[in-house]
Amino acid sequence: MSLDLLELSKTFQGKGWGESVHVLENIQHRIENGRFVSIIGPSGCGKTTLLRIIAGLEKASAGKVLLDGKELVQGTEEVGLVFQEYALFPWRTTLQNIEMGLEIKGVEKEKRREIAMEYIKLFGLGGFENRYPKELSGGMKQRVAIARTLIMNPRVVLMDEPFGSLDSQTRDAMQEFLLSIWQGRQGTTIVFVTHNVDEAVFLSDEILVFSKRPARILERFEVGMPRPRDRTSPECNRVKREVLQILSKETEDSMGLPWIK
Amino acid sequence: MKKERYLLPLILILVWQGLSSVQVIPSYKLPSPVEIVLGFRDILIVGVPPGHLLHNHMLYSLYRVALGYAVAALLAIPLGLLMGWSPGLLRMIRPLFELVRPIPPLAWIPIAILWFGIGIKSAAFIIFLGAFFPILLNTISGVLSINPILIEAARTLHAKEKDIFFKVLLPGAVPSIFVGMRIGIGIGWMTLVAAEFTGVKEGFGLGYMIMTARDIQRPDEILAGMLVIGVIGLLIDIGLRAIESKTIKWQ
Ligand SMILES: Nc1ncnc2c1ncn2[C@@H]1O[C@H](COP(=O)(O)OP(=O)(O)OP(=O)(O)O)[C@@H](O)[C@H]1O
Ligand SMILES: [Mg+2]
Repeated sequence: MSLDLLELSKTFQGKGWGESVHVLENIQHRIENGRFVSIIGPSGCGKTTLLRIIAGLEKASAGKVLLDGKELVQGTEEVGLVFQEYALFPWRTTLQNIEMGLEIKGVEKEKRREIAMEYIKLFGLGGFENRYPKELSGGMKQRVAIARTLIMNPRVVLMDEPFGSLDSQTRDAMQEFLLSIWQGRQGTTIVFVTHNVDEAVFLSDEILVFSKRPARILERFEVGMPRPRDRTSPECNRVKREVLQILSKETEDSMGLPWIK
Repeated sequence: MKKERYLLPLILILVWQGLSSVQVIPSYKLPSPVEIVLGFRDILIVGVPPGHLLHNHMLYSLYRVALGYAVAALLAIPLGLLMGWSPGLLRMIRPLFELVRPIPPLAWIPIAILWFGIGIKSAAFIIFLGAFFPILLNTISGVLSINPILIEAARTLHAKEKDIFFKVLLPGAVPSIFVGMRIGIGIGWMTLVAAEFTGVKEGFGLGYMIMTARDIQRPDEILAGMLVIGVIGLLIDIGLRAIESKTIKWQ
């Protein structure tokens, strides 16, 4: 059972005389269910676009996405997306944000409160359930955003640089927290976009390195170290070095600065 | 700090009273503060015209405003939400409104009288016109200013159009709706008084009251009436602000 990206391509058609942008070029990959897969690649190469296509927010120009052999339809409950910018509803409290999906689904109030409170406890948000997003720290907002997605029990969780704006301590803590949550949910696939090689190596079973735009999969790394991992272990460093080598070459190319060595 | 706020008005009033007492300011043009207070007492207990007491003028005015304003809000808010939600509807309706909007509400008075006769309906209609467009435009811009990513976030939580309308667009537009409601009531209140100049059947209304005070040469009552109009406008705004900050705790 797997999530299959089949020859996905995407071109944004320019409006009027605007130029069209070729973003994804023939992305072909199989992600076995229950895996933690990171995507890393130069800025602007099309990572967010890929997640948006999988989530059904954007249509692929060609190719399709299959889950367990079936094409994903828009608005499916199988896929959840955690946005780069949290995207919390500012007029809803922590509790109300987390129970939004259940509310839309029509789960009755008592029941969804009960489930949401469980998530609040699990995500260490106790005492903040009636706060609005503006009153929360970055790390808390991100936990609310993740809880809001996970409460729907998606089988595929897409995360777009979720920890990009956190300070490094909070970030490390959130990574460990995410792993513990994921390990408690058998069979949940995570597709995790990041700019941070450390993060990718610490978290993932598999790392996909994307090329500059139009994005192709340049290289695929299998990260076999058992968890919990030591970020500074020689194995981690070795994988990191290999990923960085490919990535830095690609980034230099995309910035047109090959002479900086 | 608090005390300083009252210092300048107090000095002005004292100087004004002084100049009036030595007859530098003629009282038939600008009555002194003391005379205005006495005028206030007269409109309160004697009435302009006699028997038509202040509180009744106020009630009639407030009733006209409430009626016109309520209709304006009840139409403008849903319509604004729909127009913000549907680009097609916005394109279709906007040109029509752009054409009508620059016509000052008061310019509608003659046609309003022709349509509704002199009375509560015309007055309410004028207030409706004054309040409608600010509420509508602010509601539309409130919807349009909602971060599209929130709509997408709702979609990834499997929201249908109905959910997006009621759970994202409506709550997201509330702050802007309040801005529109406050501007709308301000304009509505201003137009009311002018509308009452031109025709009041019942013999009550603050605008009618100060026009009558002019007819009987009572500048003190005119000014007292003007002050009442201003204070009521202020109180309405304070009230709306209070409701606003109760409703929108998240900003
Ligand atoms: N709706 C759109 N219309 C036109 N072009 C778009 C649209 N969305 C994205 N693009 C373009 O597609 C390219 C890829 O964007 P995308 O956001 O997927 O990159 P990314 O890899 O997520 O970048 P970053 O690492 O900076 O987040 C960019 O050049 C962007 O300008
Ligand atoms: Mg991105």
